[in-house]
Formats: sequence, C-alpha cells, structure tokens
Amino acid sequence: MESSPVTLTIDGQTIQANPNTTILEAAQQVGIEIPTICYHEHCTANALCRICVVEVSNARALVPACIANVQEGVVVQTHSARVQRARRTILEMLHSSVDLSEAPEILAMAKNYNADPQRFPDAQRREPPVIDDNPMYIRDYAKCILCWRCVQVCAEDAQYTYAINFSGRGYETQISTFFHHAMPETTCVFCGQCVGVCPTGALKPKREWLLEQGHNPETIMQLTRSERRGKKRRANLTV
Amino acid sequence: MSAPDLALLQPVLSELAPQGRTALLPALHAAQDLYGYIPEPVAEEIARTLRIPLADVFGVLEFYALFHTEPVGKVIIHVCNDPACALAGADTVLKQLSRHAEYALETGELVSVTIEQAPCLGLCDHAPALLIQNTPATASPESTWQELVAKTGRRPQTHVDGDLRLLTKRCGSGQTTSLEAYLADGGYTALKKALAMSSTSVIEEIKASGLVGRGGAAFPTGLKWESAAQAQGSPKYVVCNADEAEPGTFKDRVLMEDDPHQILEGMIISAYAIGAEKGYFYIRGEYLNAYHTIQRAVEEARTANLLGAHILGSDFSFDIEIRRGAGAYICGEETALFESIEGKRGFPRVKPPFPTTHGLFGKPTVINNVETLANVPLILNLGAKEYRKIGTEKSPGPKLFCLSGDVHQPGLYEVPFGVTLRHLIFDLGGGLRSDVPFQAALIGGAAGTFATSDHLDTPLSFEGLRSAGLTLGSGVITVFDAQRDLRDVLYRLARFFAEESCGKCYPCQIGTQRQYEILARLRNGQFLPGDIERLQDVGWTMTDASLCGLGQTAASAILSALKYWPHLFQPAQPA
Repeated sequence: MESSPVTLTIDGQTIQANPNTTILEAAQQVGIEIPTICYHEHCTANALCRICVVEVSNARALVPACIANVQEGVVVQTHSARVQRARRTILEMLHSSVDLSEAPEILAMAKNYNADPQRFPDAQRREPPVIDDNPMYIRDYAKCILCWRCVQVCAEDAQYTYAINFSGRGYETQISTFFHHAMPETTCVFCGQCVGVCPTGALKPKREWLLEQGHNPETIMQLTRSERRGKKRRANLTV
Repeated sequence: MSAPDLALLQPVLSELAPQGRTALLPALHAAQDLYGYIPEPVAEEIARTLRIPLADVFGVLEFYALFHTEPVGKVIIHVCNDPACALAGADTVLKQLSRHAEYALETGELVSVTIEQAPCLGLCDHAPALLIQNTPATASPESTWQELVAKTGRRPQTHVDGDLRLLTKRCGSGQTTSLEAYLADGGYTALKKALAMSSTSVIEEIKASGLVGRGGAAFPTGLKWESAAQAQGSPKYVVCNADEAEPGTFKDRVLMEDDPHQILEGMIISAYAIGAEKGYFYIRGEYLNAYHTIQRAVEEARTANLLGAHILGSDFSFDIEIRRGAGAYICGEETALFESIEGKRGFPRVKPPFPTTHGLFGKPTVINNVETLANVPLILNLGAKEYRKIGTEKSPGPKLFCLSGDVHQPGLYEVPFGVTLRHLIFDLGGGLRSDVPFQAALIGGAAGTFATSDHLDTPLSFEGLRSAGLTLGSGVITVFDAQRDLRDVLYRLARFFAEESCGKCYPCQIGTQRQYEILARLRNGQFLPGDIERLQDVGWTMTDASLCGLGQTAASAILSALKYWPHLFQPAQPA
C-alpha cells in the first residue's frame, strides 16, 4: 500500500520521507550520519545499545533512530547536547566494562565523541576467561558488548539452531549455552554466522586466534588437524 | 548426587504440555517445589515436553532470582535489605542469622539452611522483614533462625487507616473477605450494572471518572480500555499487574490478601468493556500468601458463575489464569510481564507498538495495576460524577499510600488526592517514631524522588507533586529522621537497581552498575574528584536514553539527592 510521505525536520533540514522509514534511514538519505552499534541490517533491530538515540520534539525521552519511524511535523535533532551527553557516556561506560581493542568502529566513535576511556577508574570490568571448547571458533566474552546479534542469528534471524542464550542478568549477563555446556555438546551446527556478525572480536575463528597467539601455520595445522580429521571420520560414518 | 526422579514431575508436565512455552514458569515452579531446585535433567525434560530450546530454558532459569540451578538448603530464608528494613536493623538480622546457621552447621544440629539477601518484600510496615520458605515473618535483630522458623504460619497484619475507607473498606481486619462477605456488602453489584450497560458506556463511565493508572505511570485508564476495545485482532486479553515490587510498596499485597473480590470484579468489568474472554493475574513470586488468596477467590467466583461461561446468565464469558513471577522487579514493567507470561526472560519490549494493540501474545491487551482495578467497582457504584467529588479536579479519587520508615505508625493509608505530605506523616502516621526531627521522605520508592521538610505542605496529587518537582509513583512514602545516613540509603537504592536491571539496554545495564559502584565508594567515605559529574552523566544518560521505565527512573532518587544535598557527594570542606 502506498502511503503519502510525511514532512519532518532533521537538524534543520526539511525532508520528506515514507512513513515506514526509520529516522536512521531518513537521516542517511540526506547525508546525516547517526552512529549505531547493535544495529545490523540483516538482524532484527532491538534498539538496545541506545547509541543512535536522537531528540524528537514530541517525545519526553530520547528516541532510538534505528527503530523509530518518521512522523509528520516533528523536529529531530541528531546531535543536541542531550544526545551528545548520552552517546559520550554510553561509550565511556562501554570502555569501562569490556575490552574494545578489536572494535575499531567503536573506538573511532569514542574518539569522535570525546569519550574518556578512563572516566570510571575503579569500575568492575567483565573479564571472563576465553572459552576454547571446539575446533572452529573461540569465545572471548571479555570483549562481548552484548549486542545480541549472535543469539539472534543462531535463532530466528538466520539459523534456527538455538544453541545459545543468556546466563545471569543485568551487568552480569553473558552469552551462554545450556548449563554452560561445551559447544560440541549443544545444538550448534558450526555455521559460523555468529562469528560473522560479532562486532568486537569476541567470537573469532580458531585458526585466526591461534595465529594471533604466535603459532606458525604448521603448528596451527597440527593443532587443529586431529580435530578436523575427527569431524571427517564422523561424516564418513553417516554415509 | 543421585539423578532426580523425573517420574515425579510427569503428572504436572503432561497437564502443562499442551500450553507449550507459556507454561515454562509454572513448570519451573512445580519442579522446584518437587526437587528444591532445578537440576539439569529436569530442565531438559521440561524443555523437551514444552518444546523449548534448551539454551532458552537455561536463559529463563538464570533470569529469575527465585529459581535455583544448584542445590539449596532445606530451609530458605530471604532477608530484605532495602531502605525501610535497613532502618530497622536488617543488616544485623542477616549477620545474626548467618552466624547462627554457620554455627549450627558446624555442630551438626541443623537441617541445611540457605540465607539470601532479598529486594523489598512488600512488608515494609513490619521491618525488618523476612520470608521463610516463602512465608512472611518479621524479626528482631536478636532473632535466631530457630525462633523464626517456629514463628511462621500467621501472616503479618498491616495497619490500615486513613481519611477514607472506600478501597480499603474491607481491609485490615486480619481476615480475607470471603465471597459471601463481599456479596453481603454490596459486592459484584458494579458488575451487574456493567453487564446491563453497553461496553462502550462502561468505557465512557471510566473515562468520565478521570481514573488514571495507580502503578506509577498514571496513564488514563479509560483511554487504555477504549484503545484496546477498538483495536483490530483477537483474542483480546486483560492482565492484572500484581507484580508489586517497588521498594516501600505493599498496597497491592494488602488489597489482594484482604479483599480479593474487589480486584476480580474490576478485572471482570474491564474484560467486558474491551471484549476479552481470557485474563491473566500475574502476582510477584514473593507474594505466596496473596497468590493463595487470589486462587481461592477465583475458585469462589467460578462456583458462583462470576467467572466462566455466560457470567450471571449474560452472553459474556471470561476466565482468569493466575501466574506467579519468580523474582524479577523488571516484570512489573508491562511488556516484560507479557514476556514472562509467554515463558521468556523478562526483557521489556520497545514501544511503540503499545500493549493495547500488540500486547500479550502480540494481541490487543489491557494491563492494569491492582489498585487501579479496585477503583473500577467503586466508580460504577458511585457513578463517575460522585467519584470525581473525591480528590482534586485533576487527580480525582481515593489514593492508597504505603507509609514506612521512621514513623510512629507505619501502614497503609487511604486518603483523597490532595492532602498534604504533613497530614499523612504527622496526623495519620503519628509523626516520627523518636524525638529525632524529620530529615527527608522518599516518595515513589526506589524509582521516586526525595522530599525535604520544605515539601511537607505539598498536596499529594499528580499536579501538586509535579509542580514541586516530585513524582507520585506507586504511592510510597519512606520517612527518614535526621540521624539517618542518607549515603547509606542512596547506596541501597543503587544496589537495588544494579541487581534488578535486566541487562538489555546499555544505559541501564552498565549505568546501574557504575552508579552502584560510585555510591558504594561514597558510603565508605572515599571520594574521587568528578564524582558529582560522573553521577550526573550516568544518571541523565539512564533517564534520557534507557529503553524502559526501570532505567529511566533508576537515577531519579539519586539525582534528587544531588540537587538537595550536594555535600553528600564530596568530602567535608575544612572549616
């Protein structure tokens, strides 16, 4: 059904957009960049990182641009003082919680918003040990920002495998299998989609990880060969 | 450890199986009642029977504080540690109990016991409060656990009083009002009236009354009903939000325990108004007494054809299913509550869409707080015009206030909107307990704001409080005398939110934790330059950018304290 476009103002520019357009998309169309972290165009948008919040004239709180649709006559500010404070503080809080060293986009964003990585000097960081329990990928949740993408692609957004969900809640939340089982004991089919959508290097191909640990390619082949053979043998048995 | 006998669970599971995922919390509660905790093979069996992915079942188990995945003691004691109970020595009770339990374990004289710190148990008028095996008990700092276990069985009776006794007419006697007693007092006449009216006229009457939600958000009830009644989609649902967990609040508990039919009548009328055939009554997991009371009342109502097919001979059919929460404050947020009924982690959903069009199971839903529904029979009995004579023009009706802390007579007080804070604390509550003068009151619970002695003459109405920069919230007033260390109070509020944040959106997930860490440090007298700015940035970011009401109010009390008492947040200035 064709619906007539709405007119709104974004950062002073009057624009027309289809009412099913999000504020994020409408802003992009006129060249206004709104930062995003958890948003991924192939995943269901959950609006949970809140880095894309903008100020909208008819709303009391800030509004997440990734899911909020444009509305007739509203005035949107994508970089007001309130918006900047929220973005800077969220980035500073992320810095104080997890290892962002392999999340270049977030690091660049933090610089952009003058976020101080040391803003919370005595913060309790999330630093669980690396989980190396399968031949395909490792899980380093000290780098996990809980964007939920891996859980979503493992479930209805792509694979319908449902190997992972959450443990704990609040700040203690972590991505987890059933009773923390090793990945090969779960329904995981090692499709790799979770690794593909991870924005921070928390999920990483095993061989890439071994390479970073300083192993040379020969050792890496040796270290993963038996495991790979094991896989093949099982595959042959089912023929 | 031997494997759990799964056969024990089979009768319950085969009964729940047809419901699928929505039966997950009931199944977990049943399993925990049988085994004391949820062992892995039991979780697996539940997942298989209800056709839920294993990882999802674990996610749910991990989310709710009352579910245990490890063996626990035969006796479980929850000790409340939120502000009102802390004032009455809850920390000492916790320490004493733990010491006694350890000693008894060493000497082998004791069955195993698990002692847990708990969020507000809704027994603030009986501080310091405890739950022993889910049964409320009160303690003194000298109690041993043996004495406490021996004392359970009777529910603590809340002192009920006030300028009005409309909603609380049948509350406070120590007895649950039976259906017989409720009918004898004119009960269910409002339902009969409603059934003789068109559903549209019922909605018009509620709109005309000016009733707004009593759970904290103050949304106009009539508009909510109208929107759901007009929404496309079926079936439609009504939900009673009895997940009362705001620290300091116990009004809904008293209404449920003392006069359950008043709430059921309101709920049945709301279902008639919007055209719902099914309702859910979601009660917080810690309120086992209230759960049993509502259970009995629903059975009574069914027997009397007040629920079920063709209610009182009309064309209208409606029934209620009761659900128990499992220890998650966030499930009082309406969309998180829906997720919980659907058998999921209590993550709030993004709004819009709103519940009136996309609520429970994605269907049009009206969700109302217990006290809101209790107002409904009153409005139909009096008529909107008479009802509006109570209270102020902009805040019509009676209001329940939960008064606790350093007052002479803590309790539940019913007043017309518009009386002053002073009237409530000093005339009704008898003033402060000791000779120490008034310092502050926390209005609206952990999600509320502080009032100082300058606010004592503020009228308790939506407009009166708003113009004073305060919020009504769910009607909580916790009083602190001048000797109380407000830093300790702030620390407890911050801890509450850090423990209860669901972890979905970043501002609240990380913000509640950072706020808690800073206030824990300040409580110990350790200050860092920039703490005030840190708290303000974290606080305003949570307020402005969080996904739901929990995060948006998690800094409310702390930001109000920053406004009134900046000296609390920095080292004492040299004289």
